[in-house]
Parts: sequence; C-alpha cells; structure tokens
Amino acid sequence: MTFAEWLSEPANWVFAVLGVLVLASGFRVVTARNVVHAALFLVAALGGSAALFLLLSAEFVAWVLVLVYIGAVIVLFLFGIMITRAPTGYDKTLDADRKLWPAALSVIMFVTLAWASIDAFGARVVADLGEPTTTETIGLSLLGRFVIPFEVVSFVLLAALIGGVTIARRDLEPAEEEQRRAV
Amino acid sequence: MLVNQFLILAAGLFALGVYGLLVRRNIVLILLSVELMLNAVNINLIAFEAMIRSSDAVGQVFAIFVITVAAAEVGIGLAIVLMIFRNRKSANVDDMSLMRW
Amino acid sequence: MSPWILATEEAEQAVEAGITGGFWADTAGIMLVLPLVAFILILAFGKRLKNQGAELAIGALAINTLWATVLFIQNMTEGVLATYSFEIGRIGSDLVFELGWVVDGLSIMMYFLVSLVGLIVFIYAVGYMHGDVRVPWFFAAFSLFAGSMLILVGAPNLIQLIIGWEGVGLASYLLIGFYWEDMENVVAGNKAFMVNKVADVGLILGAIILGLAVGTFDFFEINTAAAEHLETLSTVAVIGGVLLFFGAMGKSAQFPLHIWLPDAMAGPTPVSALMHAATMVTAGIYLMARMFPLFQNLAEGTRPWMVAIGAVTLFALGLLALVTDDIKRVLAYSTVSQLGYMMTAVAAGGYTAGLFHLFTHAFFKALLFLGAGSVIHAVHSNNMSDMGGLRKTMPTTYWTFVVGSLSLAGVFPLAGFWSKDEILATLGSEGYTAVMWIAVAGAFVTAFYMTRAVALTFHGEYKGHGHPHESPRVMTGPLVALAIPAAIFGLLNIPGVDLPGIGNFTRWLAVRVVPMGDHHAEAIDFVIAGSGLLAALLGIALGWRIWGKDRETQVERDSLEIPVLYPLLRRKYYLDDLALGVVGATTGPIARLVNWINDYVIDGIVNGVGFLVKGLGSFVYGILDQRGIDGIVHGLSAAADGSGSAVRKWQTGRVQQYAASFVGGVLILIIVFVFVT
Repeated sequence: MTFAEWLSEPANWVFAVLGVLVLASGFRVVTARNVVHAALFLVAALGGSAALFLLLSAEFVAWVLVLVYIGAVIVLFLFGIMITRAPTGYDKTLDADRKLWPAALSVIMFVTLAWASIDAFGARVVADLGEPTTTETIGLSLLGRFVIPFEVVSFVLLAALIGGVTIARRDLEPAEEEQRRAV
Repeated sequence: MLVNQFLILAAGLFALGVYGLLVRRNIVLILLSVELMLNAVNINLIAFEAMIRSSDAVGQVFAIFVITVAAAEVGIGLAIVLMIFRNRKSANVDDMSLMRW
Repeated sequence: MSPWILATEEAEQAVEAGITGGFWADTAGIMLVLPLVAFILILAFGKRLKNQGAELAIGALAINTLWATVLFIQNMTEGVLATYSFEIGRIGSDLVFELGWVVDGLSIMMYFLVSLVGLIVFIYAVGYMHGDVRVPWFFAAFSLFAGSMLILVGAPNLIQLIIGWEGVGLASYLLIGFYWEDMENVVAGNKAFMVNKVADVGLILGAIILGLAVGTFDFFEINTAAAEHLETLSTVAVIGGVLLFFGAMGKSAQFPLHIWLPDAMAGPTPVSALMHAATMVTAGIYLMARMFPLFQNLAEGTRPWMVAIGAVTLFALGLLALVTDDIKRVLAYSTVSQLGYMMTAVAAGGYTAGLFHLFTHAFFKALLFLGAGSVIHAVHSNNMSDMGGLRKTMPTTYWTFVVGSLSLAGVFPLAGFWSKDEILATLGSEGYTAVMWIAVAGAFVTAFYMTRAVALTFHGEYKGHGHPHESPRVMTGPLVALAIPAAIFGLLNIPGVDLPGIGNFTRWLAVRVVPMGDHHAEAIDFVIAGSGLLAALLGIALGWRIWGKDRETQVERDSLEIPVLYPLLRRKYYLDDLALGVVGATTGPIARLVNWINDYVIDGIVNGVGFLVKGLGSFVYGILDQRGIDGIVHGLSAAADGSGSAVRKWQTGRVQQYAASFVGGVLILIIVFVFVT
C-alpha cells in the first residue's frame, strides 16, 4: 500500500507518534551523558513500547511490562547506579573512545534485519484486531500448553533470587561469623 | 497496520541497543542497553502474535517469558556488578580486562 | 725302398691296424693334471711339510713317470694312437674350443722326456735348494711348469698348445726371477717374458689364421687338410706357417730372439737344467714337428729360410760360448746352438732327426747343467775363474760331466754322436750341403768350447778361496742317473737297426695320425758320420792344447784372443744393445703417454668426481639442509609463533570487544542464512 493509504488509518498515526517516542528515547538511552538520565530515558522507551502493545491488543503483556519492567527492573537499576557510586553528574568518560565500529555494526544490523523483514513479510498486515486478547486466554495458555516452560521459568526466578542473594552477600570476617552464631 | 512497521521499529531499537552495548563504559549502562534489546524482541513477538492470532496467544506468552527472564537476569547481573564494585572500586568495564593474554 | 715311403707306410699301417688307447692312454690325461694339483697343494700346505713341498712335486712327477714309461713301452711294443678331447666352448656353430690329450708317438716321447728328466731334476733340487729361501714356492712354480709343459705337449689342438705355451712362459718368468731380491734377476725374468711375448704374437696370429682357414684348431684336422692340399688352407698356409715359426723362434731361442736365454741363467740351476735346456725351450721344436705336414706340403717356400735361421743360430751363437766366464752361460749358449741344430733338421724335413736330437740333448744337457750346479754349489760361484782342479775333490761330478760333454760334442759311441750324425745326414740328403758343412763346423766349435769349460773347471789348480767338496748323494745320484741315457740312448736309433721286439726310435715316432714324408737314413753314411766325428775330435784336441795346461792366473789361462771376432763376441754381436735400443725407443714414449693419461685424464676424472661430490655435499648441506630444510622448519615455527602472537592480541579481556565480535559473527550468519541460502 502506498504511504498515503497507510497514513489514512488512524492507528498508523498513533503508531507513528509512539514509534518516534520509543526510538528517540532509545537513542537517548545509549547516548545520554548522565547515567540517571539514561535510566529514565529507558523508562520512557519502555512506556512507549507498552503503549505499542496496547495498540496491538496485547493488554496483559503491556501491563506486565509496566509493572515488572518499569516498576521493578528500572528501580533495581537505579539502586545499582546508586550503590556503584556512578557519578550522577555529567560524565565525559561514559562512552568509549572508538565509536565507529560499533556504529557501523549497529547500522549493518539494522539494515540486515530490516531487509530480512521486508523481504519476508512484504505487505502483510496485522490481522483485524477485533477483541483484545483476554487474560483468560493467556492464563489458560500458560497453564495449559506452556505449563512446563512456566514451571521452568519459576525455577529460573528462584535460582536468580538465591543466586543474587548469594553473590551479593558480604563475606563476614571469621570473628564476626563467630559472633553472629553465638547470638 | 503493516507488520513490517513494527518489525522495523524493533530492528531499530535492537540496533540502538547493540550500539549501546558496545560503546558504553559503565557496566550498568551496558545492562541497560541489553534491556533495550530485549524490549525490541518483545515488540517483535507481539507484532507476530498480532499477525497470526493464534488461539493460545503464543507470541504474548513468549513475551511474558522474555520479560521474566530479563528480570532474573538483571537481578543476577546487578549482584555481580555489586561484587565487582566492592572488589575493584570501579564500575568501568575497561578496568576489568583480567582475562586477557 | 725310398725312405719316404717307409715312413708313410708305417704310419698308414699303424692307423689301419686301428691301434687305439687302452687303459694307460685313456687315463693319460692325469699326467696333465697332477702337477697342477701339486702346485695348488704345495701353495696351501708346502710350508708345513718336512721337505717344504718337494714331496708333493716329486710324488706327482713320479706318478707321471710311471704313466709315461708304461705308454712309452706300450708304444715301443705295439704302438699307441689315440686322442681325447672335450668341448669347452664354441663360437658360432663351427669353431669349437676343446681341451684334452693326445697319445701318439710324438707326444709319448715328450711325456716320457718331461716326466723322467723332470723327476730326476726335482730330486736333485731337493739337495740343491736345501736351506734356500722360499723353497715351497720353488717347487710350486716348478710343478706349475711341469704341468703346463705336459699340457703343451699333450695338446690336441692349437688352443690348448697356446694355453700350455703361456703357462710355461709364466713359470719361466717366475723362476728366472726367483731370487728377486737382486734387480738383475728381475730384469732377466722380464727380458725372457718380453721376448717370448713378442714371439707369441706370431704364434697366436698364426693359430687364428690357420684355425679360421680350416675351420678348426685341431692338429690332425689341420694336418690332414694340409696333406690333402685343402684350398682354403693353401692360400694362408705360408703366412700361417711363418707366424707359427716366429712363435717357435721366441720359445726355442733362435737367432735373433735368443737374447733372453743366456740371461735366464739367473734362475736356480735346476730351473736352468729342466726348463732352459731340456724341455721348455724345446717347445718350439715340438710345435714345428706337430705342424710338420703343413710345412712339408703347403709352406715349402718357408723352409729354406727356417733352415738358414737355424744354421745361423747353430754356428754364430755357439761361438759366444768361447768368451764367457760363467759356466752356466757356456751351457746356455750351447743350448741355443743345439736348438739351432734341431730347428735346422726339422725345417729341412728331418722329422726324426730333429726329434731324436731333442731327445738325447735333453738328457746330456740336463746332466751338464746339474753337474755345473754341483760345482757352483761347492765353489759358491758361477765363474770358472774361481774354479779349477775340481776333478780331484769332486770325482762323480767330474766323470758325469765329462760323459755329458763328450755326448754333446758328438763323440762315438755316445748318444750325441748318433743324433748329430742323423741331422748331418738329413741336411746332406735334402740338398742343404752348405748348411751341412756349417753344422760340421758347429760340431768343431761345440767340442772346442766344451773342452775349454771342462779344462778351466776341473783341471789345473784350484783358483778359488773355499774348500770345495763333493755334493751330497741326493745330487750326485741324479747325475749318474742322467749319465746313463746320455751315454747309451744313441743306440735306440742306429740307422737301419731295429732292436729286437721294440723297433727303434724312428718307428716309435712314426706312430702318428697324418702320414707325411720324413727323411730317415737307412744306413750310416760313413762320410758324413766320419766328418762329424773328426770335427769333434779336432775340437777336443785343439781345445786341450790351448786350455789344458794350467797357468798361473786365469787371465793367462783364458788368453786366447782372435782379433775382430772376440770383441764382437764379447758384445754378443751388439744384439742386446739393439734390442734394448728398440725397446727403449718404442716403449719409452708409450709409457710416458700412458703415464700422462693416468696423471691428467684418469686422475683428473677421479679428482674431478671428488670435487664434484664435495661441492655437491657442501651444496646439499649448506643450502638444502641448512637453509632449505632448516629454513622450512624454522619458518614453520616462526609462523606458528608469529600467528600466535598476532592472534593472541584478540584476547584483550575486554568484554565489549568480545561482544562486538559476537554481534559481528551473528550478523554474518544471519546474512548467510537469510539472504544467501
């Protein structure tokens, strides 16, 4: 379809706006000089993608994204930033000196993926959306067809939990350990 | 809505993430870029789901898994960063090149 | 009856009667082999034996003498005629090479002669060589000689004859140079060998020509072809005959190839006695006798020349015995002179005459040599100026020597008289009257110089410094043993007389395959016989007159001086100088050329190869090994090292770099899988 036709759909307008938002935010994530700024721009990028999910009638996933990603992961990041005492101000040494190759690589990556996509999907459209996917459907699917991956992922989370605690625990001096036990 | 528009968008996000991964010196920022990449993948998945509209919502379920695993990964990753910072007093990835020749 | 027909008839009768071998003839080949076996055994074991190998040599010859004597008697009584030959090789389909032995009148006589005289001389040598150097080698070489001589005389064809010829030549060389510590003896041996070799060229060429013309080398075939006037043979007969005669000249010391024989006296006396008096030198005469039909029928034009050469040899070389002080040389020149007699006789057509003289001469000349050896042994010097008056201290030697001398001079009734007379008669009746008178003069000269020798050696006062005494019995025994045949063997061939039951020498020799003409006197021609005897007696008388009286010094004793002749004789007619000059002029440049080739061409090639190899070696080492292979090895290790150093730099330890590689790799995979495939 032509660009004019594409523009005629209102959904595409929304998409365009959201797309610009997401891309801009993403760009700023990787080029921000301030670490906290980068984290916050990620929040914006994630919010934008949640809105895109809504556009694609994946409501549950959208809100999961918001809750988990933005709510927990980014917070974790901010904690990490604080603990590692990253300079919260403007930091010139944040990026590596040689940026050419990474830029070239990312451009090539983009081109390759884009070309592959266009080549593969051509002018296929997203299907007529109709009703958004219900939580019920996802729930039934999670505990029906994908019950095993679901359980495995829970184990992964458990392992991550325990692993994280173990890794980050402060090693106690032998004397302190004695003390702790006595108490 | 074309599928391709979402895919290209995701590709762009992914490329940005790759750039960030390779360029940033702070470990935390590297992890941040990885999150960006994972997000791009999620967009892809949802777009595909919207395209095929399976009865099980396969794409969306997959996306949920991705999010979950990303969260776990961030947890571990930051724990490691913490340890590194405690031992080396620096979060600069250039300083961590012990496994060199 | 004409004497010619008699000889032919006898031969034909013998052949018709179909007289063949019998046990002794069939096994006669053992005579040819035994001395050679002795040669090898002496070389192997001689040193350890009690008599240093003499037992083996004497044993071999004793067995040979047995066979030879039996055959001789068999031939006397019935006649024996047989040939045995075995093929050993072949050229093409016609030309055969055979070895074997002949048993006929001529060869039986030679077997008997060689074996018996050889045995006697061997026994003498045990005493003579006692305590000398290299005794085993002496008997070994002597046995080699005996074996080769028998091979020669028993040869059924020219090839085997040549084999035996060369064998005796080799033995002669070895034995003349027996005392090789002295350079003179070595030179004498070389001279003998060289002169014989020059003559052998003629022999071999002649043999080849005749063999190819007739198609076979067999004596009897060739002689039969000659008797029947075969076409192919008659064209080459003259040249073949001349070449064979040339070979005979060398071996039998005819003028001018006689120069080696006097010098050959450098060898031990037994060698001189057997080889250079009785047997080896007679090989040439034997060859002429074997090829008699050829010379009689087809090569008649050569005969006058051969007679002439024989005559010159007979007379001129006999004179040389007058001027020499060495007793062995006197006998050597005497031998040459007598060989001249034999050659003249055979060439003139006196087959029996020449061979009978060969037969008797063997005995008395060997006797004389052994006697001389006895004297030399006692006085420790060869020179007659160191001798004198020895008849008192060495009676046996003296009397046997006298018998031998008289026989040689040709005094009735000793053997030499009869054989010399037969030669004179042959020359006369064949028309060679001038030669006959030369031979008579030769008889005078012979008696003359022998009287001189006897007088200077045995008469007068002893002029030496030692204490001579008679030789031991092992040496005087053979002297006596030889003196008997020297005295009485003449009776075996009195013209016209047949001894009861056994005939005479002529009849024995007549047993041959190919009939041929031969002069044999029917009765004694008293004129010729008388002339010969008179000449001899005159010689003795004159000689006694000059040398019989003892004088104070040797110089006075030997003061006979005939102007012009004696200086010429002393220089041996300048023949030695001529020979030396010719040899020097021809061989010198050749030797220098060969030496040059050796030094520059051959050594150059060898050295060049050496340099080449050296250069090749250093090339292979320096360039191929050091730089090439080591270079490759070092290069490989350097490559591994360098590439390692280079690749190592990838491991920076920086995660982002790894990540970048990761992404790059993934990209490539995507591109490949999505777009290319």
